Amino acid sequence: MLKLEHIAWDLPDGAGIIKDIDLAIPDGQLVVVTGPNGGGKTSLAKLIAGLSEPTSGRILWNETDITGMDVTQRARLGVAYAFQQPVRFKGLTARDLLELAAGHKLSDGEVCELLGKVGLCANEYMDREMNASLSGGEIKRIEIATVLARRALLSIFDEPEAGIDLWSFSRLVETFQDLRNEKSGTLLVISHQERILSIADTIVVIADGCVRCAGPKDEILPNLLSDERTAKCPLGKEASGHE
Amino acid sequence: MNKITDELLRMVSGFSGAFKGAFNIRENGECAGRQSSENIHIDSKTDAPGLIIRVRPGTKGETVYIPACVTHGGVDDLVYNDFFVGEGADIVIVAGCGVHNDDEEEARHNGIHRFFLEKGARVRYEEKHLGTGKGGGARRIDPVTDIHLAADAYLEMDTVQLGGVESTVRKTTARLAERAKLIVRERLLTDGHETAQSDFEVVMEGEDSKVDLISRSVAKGFSRQAFHSNIRGLSRCSGHSECDAILADHGSVIATPALEANHLDAELIHEAAIGKIAGEQLLKLRTLGLTEEEAEQRIIAGFLK
Repeated sequence: MLKLEHIAWDLPDGAGIIKDIDLAIPDGQLVVVTGPNGGGKTSLAKLIAGLSEPTSGRILWNETDITGMDVTQRARLGVAYAFQQPVRFKGLTARDLLELAAGHKLSDGEVCELLGKVGLCANEYMDREMNASLSGGEIKRIEIATVLARRALLSIFDEPEAGIDLWSFSRLVETFQDLRNEKSGTLLVISHQERILSIADTIVVIADGCVRCAGPKDEILPNLLSDERTAKCPLGKEASGHE
Repeated sequence: MNKITDELLRMVSGFSGAFKGAFNIRENGECAGRQSSENIHIDSKTDAPGLIIRVRPGTKGETVYIPACVTHGGVDDLVYNDFFVGEGADIVIVAGCGVHNDDEEEARHNGIHRFFLEKGARVRYEEKHLGTGKGGGARRIDPVTDIHLAADAYLEMDTVQLGGVESTVRKTTARLAERAKLIVRERLLTDGHETAQSDFEVVMEGEDSKVDLISRSVAKGFSRQAFHSNIRGLSRCSGHSECDAILADHGSVIATPALEANHLDAELIHEAAIGKIAGEQLLKLRTLGLTEEEAEQRIIAGFLK
């Protein structure tokens, strides 16, 4: 169980980006966080992964307070993070990154399976350097594969659909469904895509740094789809936590 | 051959007790072993210290080893090696150099290698430099490489220096005839107060000749590096050079690439990037469970791989 208690995060100038968020995410769920651009979704995800430090509040992971833990410590506890805009590396190949993520050497078959889950043909990509010769979409899919390789207890994907073509996106949605069905870990996906929202167990809507509403997909999604003003949350109520 | 030489040979040329095929081992300015093969003949020069290596036309799949080692201070080894590679040959040349110094006097190896590749000849040239030892005397390696490629010839040069050399000045010059192709991959790591200078001068004389020069370096500690390249196109040709350097600690790098096009159809490109390891790269590897130090080491190891 991941619990956020009164989490806030301010910019150095004092501007509040995340404002007193309470949220509880049970194990094994596929949780989709959605909401308008600039609402605080990525900031919240980075706070959970340890990429940013909250101004106040606590983050609990399976009853352990991880608020003061850095990104490495959280990774070793089982938190994985796929960046919205992945970084490139000169000299490191896709296989290098996947093996670092897995924590051990991988066979060609294992690399092939991981890359296949994000719609890439392993023979073409496993030994490719993660440099400018790869397109944004290719880098993005390898980034997602590194998180899959970790087999983490909590996997966070920040807008996994961004920059990915339609066919690869379909494969990615299947992968998320498979992971959810395996119940091997919790998936936290930041997304605006209806196809990803439609496979969620829980949807959390964040706007202006606050949780506007949160609940089961069947409860939240119809209202989201029927109201273009999602930032204001069609349910018209503030959610101070959902379990 | 002493024990230090044996160890240096292992590190710079993959030596495992014996070489297969043609070889010459140079130890502290003397020949410590030589063997020619049916197709590759190695002879001493009569007018200067060094070797003449002749590769018969059409020779395929052979490797010739010409490593050199300096094992103590007070040695200033200068050697001139000339390689004549016959038409259509396709071989590998391994020419590592190790300098070990436990003394207070300087130890230096200066290898001047000239390559003459005839029409259609292909060579992969591997050059690995290394310094070891705990003496106060400097370890210096100053290689000079002069390449002449006839029409359709191809030379791939893989040159590596990954530490322990206080000072190095590396000069590489090349002239390319029609459709000749030169590929250079340089990897350099300096630390402490080491200095490294790389100078490249490539002239593409023949039509459709090509050069691809990629230098990757890491400057750590208080080390200083300078990279100079000049690619000149005298006809329809294509040239590409890329200089990437990572800075750590107080290291510094100067890169001064130059392109000179003297023909309307000469296509020359240069890319250069110098900077510390990007914070995003460290963060990505930390999300995979590496500490910051482990992430930095992995990024540098990959960069210089």
